[in-house]
Amino acid sequence: MKKEFLMGSKIAVKAALSAGAEAFFGYPITPTTEILEFWAREAENNKKLLFLQTEDEMAAGFATIGAVLSGKKSFTATAGPGNVLIQDAFGMAEAMRIPTVAIIGQRGGPSTGTVIYSQQEVTLTCFGGHGEGHRIVYSPSSLDELYQLVIKAFNSAWQYRFPAFILTDGYLLKMKDEVLLKKPENLIASSPILPKKGFVNLRNCYSFEEELYEVLEKNEKDYQKITPKVKDFEIFGSKNPKILVFSHGIIASSVKAAISSLPKSMKVALFRPITLRPFSQKEALKVASISKKILFVESSLGQFARIVKDNLFGLKIDYDFLYKPALGITPEEIYQKIKKSYYET
Amino acid sequence: MRPNFPQCYKIDSKPSKFCPGCSQTLILKNLGFVIDELKIASKVVYGCDIGCMLLSWDFFDLNTVQTHHGRTGPTMVGLKYAAPERIVIAYMGDGGAYAIGAQHLVASSMRNDPITMIICNNTVYAMTGGQEAPTTLCNEITTSTIRGRVCNGSRPLLGPELVRSLNKKAYVARGTTLNISQMKNFIKRAILHQKKGNFSFLEILSGCPINWKTDARETREFLKEIEKTFPTGEIP
Repeated sequence: MKKEFLMGSKIAVKAALSAGAEAFFGYPITPTTEILEFWAREAENNKKLLFLQTEDEMAAGFATIGAVLSGKKSFTATAGPGNVLIQDAFGMAEAMRIPTVAIIGQRGGPSTGTVIYSQQEVTLTCFGGHGEGHRIVYSPSSLDELYQLVIKAFNSAWQYRFPAFILTDGYLLKMKDEVLLKKPENLIASSPILPKKGFVNLRNCYSFEEELYEVLEKNEKDYQKITPKVKDFEIFGSKNPKILVFSHGIIASSVKAAISSLPKSMKVALFRPITLRPFSQKEALKVASISKKILFVESSLGQFARIVKDNLFGLKIDYDFLYKPALGITPEEIYQKIKKSYYET
Repeated sequence: MRPNFPQCYKIDSKPSKFCPGCSQTLILKNLGFVIDELKIASKVVYGCDIGCMLLSWDFFDLNTVQTHHGRTGPTMVGLKYAAPERIVIAYMGDGGAYAIGAQHLVASSMRNDPITMIICNNTVYAMTGGQEAPTTLCNEITTSTIRGRVCNGSRPLLGPELVRSLNKKAYVARGTTLNISQMKNFIKRAILHQKKGNFSFLEILSGCPINWKTDARETREFLKEIEKTFPTGEIP
């Protein structure tokens, strides 16, 4: 197995192919356009692959669902304003337990904002959709991980029948690096949700509150059951931290670089959820409860921190933050911030 | 003795959930007969939109998916592209097809997507209680146009004519529940046209006595009246 020098978007497409994806529906939007283009080229050379550039992101989301109903592993990619539009479809996927995969390239917002980078689509991607749906959200922090998590997203979605998301950004998708494209050992097979023999009547609208309650109760129960199997995280740095940094995605790589250049005696660690949903609550609580201070670092005004705080509810601990909405954060800035936090503690 | 129902009817869900006097049951019953006659039940996927059509989510013993408002088109497009052997029917209202989902209608027409769209036109948003639709007649009174619709130089949207202007290969027709044999014939031709790999689009004028506040005779009269705005027949 050799390493290949590839761009993030191409890695995402290669991962989707390794995961058994057969169809892509999408509408071009920066920074995920290249995913659409790379897939279009793959489909041009392989007649078994299906590609359709739809009229908008709503069509992309619903066409993805349509193809999945027929049994084809399908996915889409979008960003920013497109992510808002496509949530309607994923609400339906949540309600009807239809597996889907979407790659979200976060851009600056609100509105059209900037087109390459932010971490401002955390709330929308984790909790978008109508009502209270259940979904799986992965946040890769390197190109190697992007490859692995796209494959994982397909497997989780098809195994547990919840929509899965890869929450990333244009920095990662447009970055080029050497990546090891390891073929997955186990793939979850796809079969038609609308059977070829017999029939099913599928709906997402109910006449009675009690009917819907029953469905929601089952979905919540199923989600709790799969949580231990799906949730994932990484702890980097001190095993007995004084300062615990919470960060995700590409910014977590920046945090790692900062921690690596700090003296070990400062006892700094990073807690990086790899799945933002489901969140590794027990594990986060365990390490946070032995720390003196928590530091949130993210390219948003605290969307990620809100998830963490919700999961650490009840823990009495000081916290500080480095929020730079829609801006990248360098290891140097994080280094200075950790130092400041450390001496104030 | 079994009444004269299509074989693909789900008997358990009858009488249907549609309002008394609603013409949609005529559309669906004849769709059922066509599916029986063409012997395609095992291949059909029936998609229903939001609005009154969602009441048909368990109308047939057929693979059925009830989608979101205006999104039955793209759901069926994804399905058809992924499984060309299936015969997909998107059943929608004038709101789903001509307002909230109009972009999908334009796109499917232009791509000549091999799907069949059947649109129920009753000139109002019926499920929500009779508001203005793109098909509401000029000066027609609805719950959101209490002094009558102001057309302001425009006119009610002519769906089949729009589709024809975008696509020369599509099968395009407008039927009415006042002429059942013609309507049934149109449904059959629409589905056969899909089988040949083309887009087919059928609008059907349908009575809504609850929202029109009409009795049986007045319903028929109003259905006849709206034919002046929405001429029936195949669109060449």
